[in-house]
Amino acid sequence: MAQHLKSSKSTFLNVLRHSLAFGSPSHASRHLRQKLPHGGPPSIKKVSPNPLTRLCNTMVDTLSSSHEDTNNESFTNIQVMDFPGGKVSFTPEIHFISESNEERVPCYRVLDDNGQQLPNSQFVPVSKEIAVKMYSDMVTLQMMDNIFYEAQRQGRLSFYATAYGEEAINIASAAALSPDDVIFPQYREPGVLLWRGFTLQEFANQCFGNKSDYGKGRQMPVHYGSNKLNYFTVSATIATQLPNAVGAAYSLKMDGKDACAVTFFGDGGSSEGDFHAAMNFAAVMEAPVLFICRNNGWAISTPTSDQFRSDGVVVKGRAYGIRSIRVDGNDALAMYSAVHEAREMAIREHRPILIEALTYRVGHHSTSDDSTRYRSADEIEWWNKARNPLSRFRTWVESNGWWSDEAESDLRSRIKKEMLEAIRVAEKTEKPNLNHMFSDVYDVPPLNLREQELLVRQAIKSHPQDYPSDVPL
Amino acid sequence: MASLLGRFCRKLVVPGSAHGSRMISTTACDSEAVKSLNLYSAINQALHIALETDPRSYVFGEDVGFGGVFRCTTGLAERFGKNRVFNTPLCEQGIVGFGIGLAAMGNRAVVEIQFADYIYPAFDQIVNEAAKFRYRSGNQFNCGGLTIRAPYGAVGHGGHYHSQSPEAFFCHVPGIKVVIPRSPREAKGLLLSSIRDPNPVVFFEPKWLYRQAVEEVPEHDYMIPLSQAEVIREGNDITLVGWGAQLTVMEQACLDAEKEGISCELIDLKTLLPWDKETVEASVKKTGRLLISHEAPVTGGFGAEISATILERCFLKLEAPVSRVCGLDTPFPLVFEPFYMPTKNKASSSSSLSSPLKKKHYLIMGLHVWCRYWMQSSPLLITSHSICFFR
Repeated sequence: MAQHLKSSKSTFLNVLRHSLAFGSPSHASRHLRQKLPHGGPPSIKKVSPNPLTRLCNTMVDTLSSSHEDTNNESFTNIQVMDFPGGKVSFTPEIHFISESNEERVPCYRVLDDNGQQLPNSQFVPVSKEIAVKMYSDMVTLQMMDNIFYEAQRQGRLSFYATAYGEEAINIASAAALSPDDVIFPQYREPGVLLWRGFTLQEFANQCFGNKSDYGKGRQMPVHYGSNKLNYFTVSATIATQLPNAVGAAYSLKMDGKDACAVTFFGDGGSSEGDFHAAMNFAAVMEAPVLFICRNNGWAISTPTSDQFRSDGVVVKGRAYGIRSIRVDGNDALAMYSAVHEAREMAIREHRPILIEALTYRVGHHSTSDDSTRYRSADEIEWWNKARNPLSRFRTWVESNGWWSDEAESDLRSRIKKEMLEAIRVAEKTEKPNLNHMFSDVYDVPPLNLREQELLVRQAIKSHPQDYPSDVPL
Repeated sequence: MASLLGRFCRKLVVPGSAHGSRMISTTACDSEAVKSLNLYSAINQALHIALETDPRSYVFGEDVGFGGVFRCTTGLAERFGKNRVFNTPLCEQGIVGFGIGLAAMGNRAVVEIQFADYIYPAFDQIVNEAAKFRYRSGNQFNCGGLTIRAPYGAVGHGGHYHSQSPEAFFCHVPGIKVVIPRSPREAKGLLLSSIRDPNPVVFFEPKWLYRQAVEEVPEHDYMIPLSQAEVIREGNDITLVGWGAQLTVMEQACLDAEKEGISCELIDLKTLLPWDKETVEASVKKTGRLLISHEAPVTGGFGAEISATILERCFLKLEAPVSRVCGLDTPFPLVFEPFYMPTKNKASSSSSLSSPLKKKHYLIMGLHVWCRYWMQSSPLLITSHSICFFR
């Protein structure tokens, strides 16, 4: 410490500035250094030989008004203090920062409600091929949802959750990513898998829990996962995937990969502790991770007014030092551009990005929910018609001459046929073998599980009528 | 006590016993280079070796950068860099969640929770993510590279929030492993096994032993197998089962009992999940009596699982009810710690009193506790005796 005293005073101040572990200056002090005039280091009146005392004492710098910067009168007589974390200017006025900004954070969109490109809109151009695939996949997703939902209503599936209204979020974000970006989904993003090549048959296999299900029949429908498509298996617990995504992103950074981690969650998920844990970690660890919030207005029956009192989720980014953007989630081009830009920043600058995609959950929460019990059917209908992501994007794609009614009906009849066939096959494929109840709990089944399997098999042998016959032994 | 601990930890299993000889660590003792180390130094050594042998391994948690509040991570950041050994924000759910993500990408994440008392915010991540990661994905993904280390157990003055033994909560979670070492040499070998095991492991370190236990620890890279209990003292009259720091208490009891002519067989369980039933079963079939001891509260403690299992398997060989000498069903108290610890006078249940005598003499167990007041002051020894009666 004494050595620093002998050298320049600015070095001394840097020592006091308590930089972060990674050596980068704190965001707060970076902000302040821009604001403060160029004036030299403050004069030190009294210095205690005890380093701790020096740290704890408040240092008051009075910068004289006789500096070159004549524009900012506010800088005359500015009082500045050093605290752990950096310099802060102080004020004798008692002033509380308002709980919200005067205006809500504006929402980025490229297409208007009718699918017309807005004037002066900035967006990342998409090729015909990408645009057509995006639109086709949005249609496929919607139809897949329709048919699986119906199958559940008919009693052929135990459960299903649709992504109605969020097709643009699903497909456009997937389109803007690379196949090497690892996905940590919540449960309403099967479109990302669809974009990457998961077949309708593979979706159906998981929903029916048959022996071709990669998950080996262990989870409820829509709990998809695919290691070859870099899509981590869905878990129903809300927001638990968020800190996992941060760890994965850190791994990608350490391995020097040109890839990021992407994690999805809803407005409800942003209330969970894991959201705050993950955001804070992502910022401190400088992890290349995209936090994509599908703010669809509802967490089952809980509207956002019962979920938080902030201006949505986008403003929470700043609290953690994370760059954020609010996007029209029903605008495929806006979603594509936002995710594209966010991904570049995340990887190039090793930083997390928060994207709040505003949208509306047109469907019920799941097949176990009837949302007309807590919201009006008119409201649902309005969103489905007036702000439909498919129709808006279709208008734009057609305006480029890349789509037609014929293409639409061809696509729809093909998908319908494929879906019905996929369900037919999945339904009659046998279930996974009983031994898969016991495998994968650990890498190798321990003795207690081997014993339990024997007991279960004995029980089945003595009372076969009490057990489902479609699980092969 | 340290020398006694050392002596007992070196006790070899007689080859040809029912349990076979699987004492990798003990054979190493005689021929390899060893160094006298305490528990935190042994753990530190294991971490150095782990990071050295796998370049994709990481150590992180609160305050690990400067060496950790218990000095277990000394020298790691300097040697391996701040990208691999780093402080995290104060957030256990974030620490474990981040570790799961790292492990899911094929890395080894050795995560430190500062005190086991603070592990609960991470419980959701451990139960709903780590434990099910492989199973729910159909083995497409796994987070086996995750190891969670936490100091646990009484320290003499820890009170509610620096003394807890939460192992029972974790033993109820299929998909993870729970490991508790009893000594420095065991800790190094078990920690390396835990880190390299392809399953997520929760590793509880008896904080009381961080400085108090000193032992000859081999300097090389060695592993002690998981899910294998060790008979650390052979006997014929009664089987005692325990783990972690409680074994030092039980060893004292065995010594006292020996003076009364009672031959005790002492077993260190080491891994609580999945636990080695075979070793305990074989021992109880030989002795006919079982006493389980742990610091954690008796109700719902892991002793209940051992008792129930042994009852199922050895019922006809038992000459007395299974006894549990454990902590009380209270939050861990400060002033009352000497009364709380499994040292109180305890009479066995009436069924054991009425069971026929073996060798026609009373079995008297004494359990000693050495409470040491830690940190700056020189160790202060307080002993209390408790006696269990068996017939």
